[in-house]
Amino acid sequence: MFGFYLLLAVFLILAILLLIFRISRLVNVVKGSYDKRTTASNNVNGMLMMAFLIVGFGLMIWYSVAYFDLYDPPVATIHGELTDKLFWRTMYITGIVFIITHILLFYFGWKYRYKADQKALFYPDNHKLELLWTGVPAIVLTWLVISGWMAWSDIMSDASDDAEQIEVFGHQFAWVIRYGGMDNDLGDYDYRLIDGINNLGQDFTDRAGFDDFQYRDLVVPKGQEVVLKIRARDVLHSVFIPHFRVKMDAVPGMPTQFKFTATKTTAEMKEETGDPDFEYELACTEICGGGHFSMRKVVKVLEPAEYAKWKAEQKSWLSKNPDYMSSVPEDLKELAVVTAGINE
Amino acid sequence: MATEVQNHGHDDHHDHEHHETFITKYIFTTDHKMIAKQFLLTGMFWAIIGGAMSSIFRLQLGFPDADLGWLQPLLGKWIDASGKLDPEFYLALVTMHGTIMVFFVLTAGLSGTFSNFLIPLQIGARDMASGFMNMLSYWFFFLSGVVMFISLFLETGPASGGWVVYPPLSALPQAMPGSGLGMSMWLIAMVFFIVSSLLGGINYVTTIINLRTKGMSMSKMPLTIWAFFLTAIIGILSFPVLFAAALLLVFDRSFGTSFYLSEIYIGGEALPNVGGSPILYQHLFWFLGHPEVYIVLLPALGITSEIIATNSRKPIFGYKAMIISMMGITVLSFVVWAHHMFVSGLNPFLGSIFMFLTLIIAIPSAVKVFNYLTTLWRGNIVFTPAMLFSIGLVSVFISGGITGIALGNSAIDIQLHDTYFVVAHFHLVMGSASFFGMVAGVYHWFPKMFGRMMDSKLGYIHFWFTFVGVYLVFFPMHYIGIAGFPRRYYSFTNFDAFSGFTDLNAFISVAAIVTLFAQFIFIFNFFHSMFRGRKAPANPWKSNTLEWTTPRNPGHGNWPGEIPAVYRWPYDYSKPGAEDDFIPQTVPFSQTMESNLPHENDMIALETEIDELVVDETGEFLGENDH
Repeated sequence: MFGFYLLLAVFLILAILLLIFRISRLVNVVKGSYDKRTTASNNVNGMLMMAFLIVGFGLMIWYSVAYFDLYDPPVATIHGELTDKLFWRTMYITGIVFIITHILLFYFGWKYRYKADQKALFYPDNHKLELLWTGVPAIVLTWLVISGWMAWSDIMSDASDDAEQIEVFGHQFAWVIRYGGMDNDLGDYDYRLIDGINNLGQDFTDRAGFDDFQYRDLVVPKGQEVVLKIRARDVLHSVFIPHFRVKMDAVPGMPTQFKFTATKTTAEMKEETGDPDFEYELACTEICGGGHFSMRKVVKVLEPAEYAKWKAEQKSWLSKNPDYMSSVPEDLKELAVVTAGINE
Repeated sequence: MATEVQNHGHDDHHDHEHHETFITKYIFTTDHKMIAKQFLLTGMFWAIIGGAMSSIFRLQLGFPDADLGWLQPLLGKWIDASGKLDPEFYLALVTMHGTIMVFFVLTAGLSGTFSNFLIPLQIGARDMASGFMNMLSYWFFFLSGVVMFISLFLETGPASGGWVVYPPLSALPQAMPGSGLGMSMWLIAMVFFIVSSLLGGINYVTTIINLRTKGMSMSKMPLTIWAFFLTAIIGILSFPVLFAAALLLVFDRSFGTSFYLSEIYIGGEALPNVGGSPILYQHLFWFLGHPEVYIVLLPALGITSEIIATNSRKPIFGYKAMIISMMGITVLSFVVWAHHMFVSGLNPFLGSIFMFLTLIIAIPSAVKVFNYLTTLWRGNIVFTPAMLFSIGLVSVFISGGITGIALGNSAIDIQLHDTYFVVAHFHLVMGSASFFGMVAGVYHWFPKMFGRMMDSKLGYIHFWFTFVGVYLVFFPMHYIGIAGFPRRYYSFTNFDAFSGFTDLNAFISVAAIVTLFAQFIFIFNFFHSMFRGRKAPANPWKSNTLEWTTPRNPGHGNWPGEIPAVYRWPYDYSKPGAEDDFIPQTVPFSQTMESNLPHENDMIALETEIDELVVDETGEFLGENDH
C-alpha cells in the first residue's frame, strides 16, 4: 500500500510540475520573452555563477581545513614523508591556479553578462599573452617534474644488500607472508610445486629456503630497510600499505618489489593517533575478483631489537612441515635439518 | 549516390522525397543528420543505463547496511535473501558503468552524434564522403550494443574485471564468474564497436579533407571541425591497437595461447601457460585507453569553443593557438599511456620517461583554459543552456585537470594510484567535461536537428542541478582518495584505515542519485521540444557558421540550391565598425568594407577566385556555378 501512495505522490508532483511548466511557457509567450535576446534569467544565471563561486569555495576551504586530520593519514616511512611533501606542494600550486582560474571564470560570467547597450571587445589574439601562459606553466611543471623524478628514482632504486627480505604473495583472496629467515635470503620457488600445504611453491632444492618461515602478519623492523618481494599466484593483485605510501602490483609470472624504511612502530602510532587499537594494514588495490575488498593483512612495526627477538623465535616452514624433507636433495638433507631447526 | 543527393536539391527535389520509405529515412538511412540522431538517441539510452548502474552501486557504497530487497524485481538473484547486493555483481556494475559510459556514451554518443551532424553542415558538404559506410558505422555500433546488452542478463553476469579488463582476471573463467561468457560477449561487442569507430573515423577524416565548400580552407574551419578531425585521427590510430589487445585476449581465453598468461596456479591446478606477460596487455590497452580520453574530450572542447565564442559574442581568443594546442594534445596523447602503469611492475626508468611526457600534455590543456577565459573577458555573454554547460565544462575541466598534475607525477602516484582520488580526477576531467560538452551540443544544435527550440528555463534548471551535482559527487571523492580508499571496493568495513567517511560516502550517493534524476528534466525537455517546442528561427543564436544557412529542416543534401561559398573565418563576432554583432562566414569582405581589417581588404581581390572556383567540372558534385 505504501508503494502505491508513493507512486501516487510522485505522479501528482510530476503532474504539478508539468502544469507549472506549461503555464510558464504561456506567460512567456504573452510577455513576448521569446522575441527578446535575453530575459531576466540572464542576470539570474550571472548571479548564480557568483553564488556558486562563493559558496563552493567556502565549503571547500571549510572542509579542507576542518577535516584535514581525517583525510590525511599519518605517514610512517622515510620515502612517504617525501612523496607527501611533493603531493602537498603540487596541491598548493595547482590549488592556487584552481582558485584564480575559477574566480576569473565565474566573475567574467557575472561581470560581462549580456547588456543591450554593451558591445563585446573584438580581441582575436595576443601573441605575448599566449607565450606567457605557455611558458609559465612549462617552467612550473619542469620544476615539479624534476623534484618528482628525483624522488621516484630514489624510491625505485635497488635495495641495499642487507635490507630485510620479505615475500608478499597474493592470491584470491588473501596474502601470504614469507621471511628470509636467519640467512635473510628467500629460497627459490616454482609455481608448479604449489599444493595444498606448500602454498608458495617453495623449491627445496635451494638451500636458501630451508630456514624461511611464514607468519600471519607482515612484521617489519623500524628504521631498517625492508624490501618486499611481491608475487601473485592467480591474477593481478596490488600491495598497498596506506600509512607507508607503498603500492606495487603483484603480477603472476613477474616478481616485483618495493623497498621502504618504516619510521614509527605500531606502538608509537597507537600513541600518535590516540587509538589503542591502531594497526597498520595491507590492502589489495588491483581488482582481483569477488573478494577484492577483503584482502586485509595486519602490518606490525617493531623496534629493531624486538624484531630480532621475534624473528629468532620463529620456526621455519620446513620444520613445521617435515614431510617436505623428501623433496630436499640427498646431499643437502643434513644441512636442511640443521638450518631448518628440525630437531630442536 | 552523390548524383542522387545532388539532384534532389534541385528540380526533382520533391520527386525524390517520395522514394524515401520509413526504412530508408529513419532506419537504414545514409543521411548524416539522421545517423547523428540515431547515435544521439542510442547514446542517451545507454547513458540512462550507465547512470542507473552507478546509482545502484552508490547505494551499496553510501548505505552498506541498507536492505536493497526492493531492487530484487530488477536485479533478481544478484540481491540475496537478506537484501544485500552480490559482491561479484557490484564489480559487474562498476565494469559495465565504465564500459558503457566511456565507449557507448562518450565516444559513440558524442563523436558519433556531433561529428556526423556537424561535419557536412559546417564545412558545406551534401553528406559524408561515404553515406553507406556511415550507415554501417551506426549499425555496427548498434550490434555492439545489442551484444553488450544481452550480456547483462547472463546467468554468470556480464564482464566484471573492471572496464580495463586486465588479464589474467579477465582471461580465466575460474577467476570470477564474469570472466566466463560475459567476458566473451564483452570482447565481441568491443570488436564490433571498434569496427564502427573506424568506419566513422575514416569517413570524418575523408570528408573534412575532400568535401569542404568553396573558400573553406583548413584555416577557416570552425574549431568544432578541427576537434572532430583530430579526434578521428586519434581513433583511427589507436582503436586498431585495442583490437589487437582484444584479439590476443580472445586467443588466450579460447585457444590456449600465452600472450598474457604465465605461471598461474588457480582452482587447484597449475596452468601450462608460461612466458606471457599481463603487462603487455596493459601496454596495448592503454595505448588506446589514454588516447581514448582525448577521443571523448576533444569533441567536447571543440563544441565548447564554438558555443563560448558565439554566446560571448566574441571571437574565440587565439584561434591558431587553440588548433596548435589540440594538435599538441593529439600527438602527446599517444606517448603518455604508461602513466596508468607506474606501479604495475613497469621498469621504473620507463616510468620517469612517461612522467615527463605526461606533464608536458598539461601545457596545451592549460593554454586552452586560458584562451577560454580570455574569450569570456569583456564579452557580452548570453547564457543559453548550451553556454552554461560550456562554462561548466571549463570549470570541471580545470578542477579535474589540475589533479592530473599530481597523478602524472610517478612519485606521488604511488599513494594515489587506484584510489578515489583517481576516480574523482577522471570523472571530472573526462567524464563530466565530455558529458557537459555533449549536453551543451544538444542544447545548441537542437534547433538544427529538429527545427524546434528546447525550453531554456528547463535547461537552466537542468544545468544548475547537474553542475552543482557533479561537484557534490566528485569533489568529496578527492578527500576520500587522499585518505587512501581504494576503488572497486564493495565495502570498506574490513579495514580500520578505510572505516571513516561513512557520512561523506552517504552524502555522495545521495548527490549522485539526485543528479541522475535531474537528467530526466533534460530528457523530458528533449522529447517534449522535439514535438511541441517553439519553431526555431533560421539562426537562433546569431551564429556565423554554415549550418545556420540551411533551411529550418534541411533535407538530405542540406542546401536546396547551391552550397554557399565561404569567405571568412567563423569568429567575426562584435567586429568594430560592423552593424550587427556577427558576420556569417558566407558574407564576402567586399560587402563589409566598414569593418574590414587592413589585411582583409587585400582578400577582396581573391574573392572572385573563390566565386569562380569549380570544384567538379561535371557540375554533378559540388561545382554548381552554372546555376
